[in-house]
Amino acid sequence: MFAYLIRRLVYVLPVAIGVSIICFLLVHIAPGDPLTAIMPVDATQEEQAAMRSAYGLDKPLPVQYAIWIGKAVTGDLGKSIATGRPVAQEVFSAVKNSLLLAFTASVIAFPIGLLLGFIAGYYRDTIIDRLVTACAITGVSVPNYWLGIVFVIVFSVQLGWLPSMGAGPGGSGQWAWDYAHIRHLILPSVTLAVVPIGIVARTVRALVGDIFSMDFVQALYAKGMRHGDVLRHVIRNAAPTALSVMGLQLGYLLGGSILIETVFNWPGSGFLLSNAIFQRDLPLLQGTILVLALFFVSMNLIVDVAQAAIDPRIKRS
Amino acid sequence: MTAIADTAEVSEPVRKAPGYWAGVLKRFSKDPVAVTCTVIVVLLILAAIFAPYLGLNDPYKASMINRLKPIGYPGFPLGTDEQGRDMLARLIYGGRLTLFVGLVPVVLAFFIGSTLGLVAGYVGGWVNTMIMRTVDVFFAFPSVLLAIAISSALGAGIVNSLVSLTIVFIPPIARVAESATASVRSLDYIDAARATGGSALTIIRVHVIGNVLGPIFVYATSLTSVCMILAAGLSFLGIGVRPPEPEWGLMLNTLRTAIYINPWIAALPGMMIFITSLCLNLLSDGLRSAMNVKD
Repeated sequence: MFAYLIRRLVYVLPVAIGVSIICFLLVHIAPGDPLTAIMPVDATQEEQAAMRSAYGLDKPLPVQYAIWIGKAVTGDLGKSIATGRPVAQEVFSAVKNSLLLAFTASVIAFPIGLLLGFIAGYYRDTIIDRLVTACAITGVSVPNYWLGIVFVIVFSVQLGWLPSMGAGPGGSGQWAWDYAHIRHLILPSVTLAVVPIGIVARTVRALVGDIFSMDFVQALYAKGMRHGDVLRHVIRNAAPTALSVMGLQLGYLLGGSILIETVFNWPGSGFLLSNAIFQRDLPLLQGTILVLALFFVSMNLIVDVAQAAIDPRIKRS
Repeated sequence: MTAIADTAEVSEPVRKAPGYWAGVLKRFSKDPVAVTCTVIVVLLILAAIFAPYLGLNDPYKASMINRLKPIGYPGFPLGTDEQGRDMLARLIYGGRLTLFVGLVPVVLAFFIGSTLGLVAGYVGGWVNTMIMRTVDVFFAFPSVLLAIAISSALGAGIVNSLVSLTIVFIPPIARVAESATASVRSLDYIDAARATGGSALTIIRVHVIGNVLGPIFVYATSLTSVCMILAAGLSFLGIGVRPPEPEWGLMLNTLRTAIYINPWIAALPGMMIFITSLCLNLLSDGLRSAMNVKD
C-alpha cells in the first residue's frame, strides 16, 4: 500500500507542474500586454518600464515562471488588480463557500444517484430500468445554469418560498448554520446536484447490471447463498468504481460550479472567477484557476488511493 | 496480360455480403427514440441553415413598445425579448451559432485527438509518454474550468470559443483513441502484418483505423451535448458570442433580468439548449447500442 502511495505521488508531481505551467501561460496567451490591465492609459515610457521590471515582465518567460511558482509555493499568488488584496486570501475565502456548496450538492446527489443506479441495474431491462434511465439521461443533458434560472422562476418569483441570491440574509456575509442561511443553500445545491445524480445513476446502473451477469453471482446462488448476502458481494464489487466516479464528480462540482454560482450570486470561487473575467483581473484569474485545478488533482489522487485501499486488485496491477 | 484481365472481368461477380454499416443502420432505424432524436436534430440544423428563407421577422429589429410581449402575442408567436425583438426568429437564428460552436469543436477534436491517440497508441515508447502525459495535464482541469480559463484569457469571440472548446475535447478523445489502439496493436494480426513487411503507416491505415474509429466516433458523439452546453455556457458568462448576435446562452443571460416580468420568455432559450442536448445524448446512446460499442 505504501509503495503504491509513493508511486501515485511521484506520478502526480509532473501533472501538478504541468497544471501550474498552463495557469502561468494563461496570462501570456491573453492578447495584448499584461501591463495594459494594470497601468493607467497616460503612463509614460519610464513608468511603464519601471512597472515592467517591478512585475518581472522584462525577464524571459522561464525565469518569470520560476519566480511566479517560487512565490506560489509559499502561498503568495500576487495581488488582485481590482481590489489590491492578496489573491490567496480572496481565493481561500471563496473556496470555502464553494466547498460548502459542492459538499451539500454531493450529499444530495450521491445517495440518490447510487440508489437509482442500483435499482435500475438490479431490475435491468424492465420498466423500472427504463424509467430510471430516462431520468438519468435527462439529468445529464440539462444545462444546469438554465435549470437554476427555472428554479428561481418557480420557487422564488412565482411561489416566493426560497431566496434567489447570495449565501445569506446579508448577501455574502459570514456563513452560519441557521435557518436563514440554509434557505439560501437549497436552490443552488439542488441545481448543482442534478447532473451528478444522472452521471452516478448511469454509471452504477451499467456497473451493477454487468456484475449481476457475471459467473460468480451464479456460483454464489448455486451454492445456496441467501439473496441478501449475494447483494452484499455485488455491492462490494461495484464499490471501487462507484467511489471513483463520485470522487471525480465532487471535483467537478467544485471546479464546475462557476455557472451556478453566477446564476445564484453565490460568493464562491466560480463567482470570483467570473468577476475576475469581467474585470480582466489576470492575477486573480490565474490564482483561482490554479487553486481549483490543484484541488481537482488532489481529489483524483485521494480517489485513486482510496480505491486501492478497498480494492485489492488495483495494487497488484 | 490482357487475357488475364479479361477473364477477371468476365468471371461471375461475387454477391457482396451485407456490411457492418448496413447492420448498424438497420439496428439504428429500429430504435424509435434514436430516430426521433435524429429527426429533431436534423430539423434544428436545417432550420438554422435556412433561417433567412423561413419568412421570419428580423431577429435584430428592436422595438421599444413591443418589449417582453408574452407567448402568443399577435405577430410574435413566441413573444419578444427585452429589446422587443421577435423571440421565434431569435431562437431559430440563435441555433446557427449555438449549434456551430457546439458541434464544430467536437469534430475538430475528433480529428486531432484521434490522430494523437493513434500515434501514441501505435508507436508507444517515449512518443506515447510525451503525448499521454501532456494529455494528463489537461485532464487535471474539470472541463468547464478549462474552457472558461482559455476563453477568458483569449477574450470573447466565436473563434476563441471554438479554439478553447477544441482544446477541452482533444484530451478525452486522445485517451480513448490511445487505449483502443494499444489494445488492437497487441493482437496477432498486427504482428502478422508487420512480419509481412507492412510499414507503420500502411498498418495504421489498413488494419488499425477500421477497428478503432468506431468506438472513438461513438465516444465523440457522446461529447457533443456537453460541448453544446459548454458553448452556450461561455456565452452565458459573457466570454463567448458577443451581443447583439442571437445565441441561446447569450439570450438566456440577457433575459435574466426579465424573470420578474415575463419568466417563461426568459426560460425559452435554455429550453432550446436542453432539447438539443437531450436529443444529442439519446442519439449517441442509440448509436452506441446500434454499433455495439462497450464503454
